[in-house]
Amino acid sequence: MSAETVVPLPVPGPPERTPVLSMRGISKSFGKVQALTDIHLDIYAGEVVAIVGDNGAGKSTLVKILAGVHPADDGGIEFEGQPVQIPDPTTSRALGIATVFQDLALCDNLDVVANLFLGREIAGVALDEEEMEREAWELLRQLSARIPSVRVPIAALSGGQRQTVAIARSLIGDPRVVILDEPTAALGVAQTAEVLNLIERLRERGHGVVLISHNMADVQAVADRIVVLRLGRNNGDFLASEVGYEDIIAAITGATEHARPLPEPSYPRPRRIGPLR
Amino acid sequence: MSDVTEAPTVRARAAGLVDDVRARLTGNLGSLPVVVGLIVIWVAFQMINPSFLSADNLVNLTLQCAATGTIAIGVVLVLLLGQIDLSVGSVSGLSAAILGVGLTQLGWPLVVSILAAAAAGAAVGLLYGVLFTRFGVPSFVITLAGLLGVLGLQLKVLGPNGSINLPADSPIVQFATSWFLPPWVAYALSALWAGGMFTAALLRRRRRLRAGLTTSPLGWQAAKAGGLLVLCALAVAYLATNRGVGVMFVFFIVLVIVMHVVLTRTRWGREVYAVGGSVEAARRAGIRVDRVYISVFVLCSTFAAVGGLLAAGRLMSVNLNSGAGDTNLVAIAAAVIGGTSLFGGRGSAWSALLGIAVIQSISNGLTLLNLDSSIRYMITGGVLLLAVIIDSLSRRARAAHGQA
Repeated sequence: MSAETVVPLPVPGPPERTPVLSMRGISKSFGKVQALTDIHLDIYAGEVVAIVGDNGAGKSTLVKILAGVHPADDGGIEFEGQPVQIPDPTTSRALGIATVFQDLALCDNLDVVANLFLGREIAGVALDEEEMEREAWELLRQLSARIPSVRVPIAALSGGQRQTVAIARSLIGDPRVVILDEPTAALGVAQTAEVLNLIERLRERGHGVVLISHNMADVQAVADRIVVLRLGRNNGDFLASEVGYEDIIAAITGATEHARPLPEPSYPRPRRIGPLR
Repeated sequence: MSDVTEAPTVRARAAGLVDDVRARLTGNLGSLPVVVGLIVIWVAFQMINPSFLSADNLVNLTLQCAATGTIAIGVVLVLLLGQIDLSVGSVSGLSAAILGVGLTQLGWPLVVSILAAAAAGAAVGLLYGVLFTRFGVPSFVITLAGLLGVLGLQLKVLGPNGSINLPADSPIVQFATSWFLPPWVAYALSALWAGGMFTAALLRRRRRLRAGLTTSPLGWQAAKAGGLLVLCALAVAYLATNRGVGVMFVFFIVLVIVMHVVLTRTRWGREVYAVGGSVEAARRAGIRVDRVYISVFVLCSTFAAVGGLLAAGRLMSVNLNSGAGDTNLVAIAAAVIGGTSLFGGRGSAWSALLGIAVIQSISNGLTLLNLDSSIRYMITGGVLLLAVIIDSLSRRARAAHGQA
């Protein structure tokens, strides 16, 4: 069906650049359900790639494969030109892929600094609170983040601020690729703007950013490239600057498939099931 | 708010102070209610019976606090994870029994007896930890089973006699009943504590300045350390008019301070709070959650065992009732009354000290009034209920203010 999509694959950036992360022919099935079929995806440094699609299009499965939650059944993943396997989350993180899931997984009772460095504390015999606090301020300043104090517990922060902390935390190991799963789903207008700003900061810092979103306005605001998935297949790869809202929606819903007059296959009427009247 | 990540200024500092006050008003009460409650209790008892605040009675009070208070430190740790240990009383009884039998019947040296008792406690905790992490049985059930099982073990160790008197000249009995610090040593320790606190604050301030972070005013640190010094010195001077400061009480305070430092300044302590706050977040951050659980259960049972040794030394005997009766619930109640949340992730080692002080003050005061233990139990139960209500209310207030 992607054959019908008449949008040429754009080549972002100078052609000699190799993608940081590239997926080649990735397939994944859960039992009889084919979640992904022959997916291709390239992510370059300093680029925001939005992955959009309807419910069940395979966005989350794609993220989980990159995060190492589920291994792919088929196909290859290259990281900085080298073929790699991502069997578990630790490998994914060690490679330099940071994933921020929708439930942010922060500890409400700990302050911002403690959450940022959770599991990666800077410590000799005792915790080096000063160094961690300094780096926390430094990081938040680079992200132009609006956090009132790094010493307030997460519980006291707004949804947008929590998202900011979760994203900032993913940057602690200086990953090459940051994957954000629905970062604006639960946020208000101002907070969404804050997070979108943050995503632009990530691009400026040279991270490759993968943004999963349902919200077309957000996607068009920050994405450089928009990859559409439909029913587990690639259904379009657009440069955000050259594509209109209608085209994306058409690719998401599959309307483009019907642009060419294809004869509707005719199926026999389903037999009525149930008590006869 | 908007000057977020700019260089810390005086204004930011003032804003921080305001935030702190606001946080306290809206549910993050910390240990304030307990301290106020303790003062109210003391004033009330003093008005009814003027001998309550006499030096003699206060010395008794400090010694009464130490044993169960030590058990309560362990309970605080388990509560920080959002778990519970209902068997601390039985474990303390078992350790007392091992001490008694080892010392009198088997002729073990004191040190060996103490180590054996502590090791038994640690082994029980290890068993709990493994059961909890391997099989996912709720800690409530594991430790309820432990309560009965360990009690049986205690009876088995004690054998048919059921009661052992510890020799009065044994160092552990002396330690728990008749060793008191000479006033100058007590003053020196107070100075050491306050000085240590001030030095730590100074060093931290220097590191923070070097890192370009906000610092609290030096005067405030000095006032805090000075206040602590004056308070300690007054307490020492007053207690010195009677027997003085008991070594066992100092031992308990030192344990509290050590646990406080470990909880707040080490990676392990941070992991305990993280697991108590959100197990899933901790696991995803790469914390080995199972290890944290096991280490805490081991520590809790070990503290219970040490508390049992102190109690045995103070009572100079070990019997079927060691660690039975209300020990269990008093230790748990102390941790909760002291301000450690039952819901996990909130609390500090100090709540063991504050909570046990409240409970023992009530118990001691009512005994002075010659009131029956029936009333004592009811009042202690009421205070526990009050503490849990305050905990729940402050949790709800935090939720209402978007801080939960």
